[in-house]
Amino acid sequence: MYAQALDQKDKSAEPQADDAARMERFQARIDAEEKIEPNDWMPEAYRRTLIRQISQHAHSEIIGMQPEGNWLTRAPTLKRKGQLLAKIQDEAGHGLYLYAAAETFGVTREELYEQLLSGKAKYSSIFNYPTLTWADIGVIGWLVDGAAIMNQIPLCRCSYGPYARAMVLVCKEESFHQRQGYEIMLALCRGTPEQKAMAQDALERWWWPVLMMFGPSDRDSQHGETSMRWKIKRFSNDGLRQKFIDATVPQAQHLGLTVPDPQLAFNAETGHWEHGPIDWAEFNRVLAGHGPCNVQRMRRRTRMHEDGAWVREAAAAYAAKKRARAQRPAA
Amino acid sequence: MTEAPTPLWEVFIRPRNGLAHRHVGSLHAADAEMALQSARDIYTRRGEALSIWVVPSSAIVACDPADKGMMLEPTATKIYRHPTFYEVPEEVGNM
Amino acid sequence: MRPSADPINPDRRAAWLIRLGDDALMLGHRLSEWSSRAPTLEEDIALSNLALDLIGQTRAFYQHACKLEGGMRDEDGLAFRRSEHEFRNVQLVEQLNGNFADTIVRHVLFSAFAYPFHRALSRSHDPEVAGIAARAGNEMAYHLRHSGEWLIRLGDGTAESHAKAQAALDMLWPYVDELFASDALDREMAESGFGADPAQVRPAFDSAVERVLSEATLERPPAAPGHRGGRDGVHTEHLGHLLAQMQYLQRAHPGASW
Repeated sequence: MYAQALDQKDKSAEPQADDAARMERFQARIDAEEKIEPNDWMPEAYRRTLIRQISQHAHSEIIGMQPEGNWLTRAPTLKRKGQLLAKIQDEAGHGLYLYAAAETFGVTREELYEQLLSGKAKYSSIFNYPTLTWADIGVIGWLVDGAAIMNQIPLCRCSYGPYARAMVLVCKEESFHQRQGYEIMLALCRGTPEQKAMAQDALERWWWPVLMMFGPSDRDSQHGETSMRWKIKRFSNDGLRQKFIDATVPQAQHLGLTVPDPQLAFNAETGHWEHGPIDWAEFNRVLAGHGPCNVQRMRRRTRMHEDGAWVREAAAAYAAKKRARAQRPAA
Repeated sequence: MTEAPTPLWEVFIRPRNGLAHRHVGSLHAADAEMALQSARDIYTRRGEALSIWVVPSSAIVACDPADKGMMLEPTATKIYRHPTFYEVPEEVGNM
Repeated sequence: MRPSADPINPDRRAAWLIRLGDDALMLGHRLSEWSSRAPTLEEDIALSNLALDLIGQTRAFYQHACKLEGGMRDEDGLAFRRSEHEFRNVQLVEQLNGNFADTIVRHVLFSAFAYPFHRALSRSHDPEVAGIAARAGNEMAYHLRHSGEWLIRLGDGTAESHAKAQAALDMLWPYVDELFASDALDREMAESGFGADPAQVRPAFDSAVERVLSEATLERPPAAPGHRGGRDGVHTEHLGHLLAQMQYLQRAHPGASW
């Protein structure tokens, strides 16, 4: 997103006498809804938090290609095949925009890949669940992308300029994804009893993991408060989760599907759907690497990275040869 | 082992004739031809462009925000460069 | 022109268009298998674009063919409910992706044929065919440029990439002749002004490939007996596996809508 041509000294190494004053000015800029740009002064913790958050977001886009890609070669019609491919391609693009936003902090994409492959960096736990039937592709578009959009729209106003700009692009492109998923669900629910059963089964497997996508309850969230103050995050996990449930339950009803939560009930007083308890033990298990597909996803990503090494080396070698030829004086 | 980084390029597109090229993002490519093709494949998938530029990021020279006082602020006091600085009697009308 | 005034049986015209759709479908399907597996993120996106172009061409040719047939089948009937021997694509496009060099060589060979071929076909007297071919011609021009530039980098990159590119070329070259092996149907379509004759674009293919190979420092393999049979429904072992996967849902749920 941004050139790193500016030759910055490692300022974090020098003790800053006026850190408190800088910090105050920094917070004042954020409070005034000013954007922070790559070469501006920023607290080290702001920088670290954003590198972590943006790169996790990028990794999620890239790993998220796998569960959907699992059905690319089995898409049931030519139209669906094209739509799904375009959607997965968008996700690759979103990963790329986000890596570029993280790179504005001076970290390279290669370093970010390494953090992912070594297991140091995380990605959204939702992608550690398997796509077992075609209906899963519908549910991913409808619910996973629906939840992602709800998380992402506020990020378009994030205080860090490059991240906010990347998110504007992402949200613009993402708008067809949820519709594509819902359309698949509609076709299945209007289809044969077998297709309808496929749709119900997929909703049952994905509902709870999707609710977990909004992150731990606000009571247990570690990063919430500072992130809110820095406008890296604009809504609480529980607030967004509630918004999502309120939007989604009527959509499920329209499909004639049953949300797998016996405690789900509409509270006429608050106007919200109240849900049963979320199994945070499962969330933590998957996050810790013990989900159904964690190992599979990482192995695939590692293999792809290794398999492509000789191609990247060839491109670099050719570019070097071409530069050398251009510099050689004409005989 | 971290791989050697592939060069970074900045992408500019002209959305339609009459408009200037606008920075839309960046990408990695080993050379200019690959950068141009990637820019086409990544940033014009929805018919956004009539023209594409790619520039090696390393070729861009940026000013340091630390020099803001020297580089950018002195113009703030030169308000006589703005039309609203001048008074035109109302009866003269727009000028 | 009224269809009835055309001396050529619409079914024969449809059959000919289905060949072109079959070529595009198999190659598009193969390229879609690269999704989330490409050597770089940038190239992942590029390969998906190529695949989407080809899937779009498939649909356009199939839809027009179905119209000519009188609507007894639709595009999905053609893609998902025909058996292996009913497909009429050339054998080149069903070959496995292999490594990146195999995919790139396959793509250079196909697009060096398809680009001039669609350019010729864009002069069809059937305005719809002419329109589809004009679009496809533009698309294939980019496919040739993209895959050609990659082949140059692989051929003139490292010793390893050079060896892989040459091996891919040697493996796939025997599938080249089939692209240009006109049969009676090809000639009939070309003579009537509806189609184009693949044999006529061989010189354009040769010069495009020659240019890329020389820049890539790769050797053009010697002429040798080639494989053919795709246009008659005779395929390599790979097609059956491709179809088993691609057609699975339509076969498992006959009559369902998706």
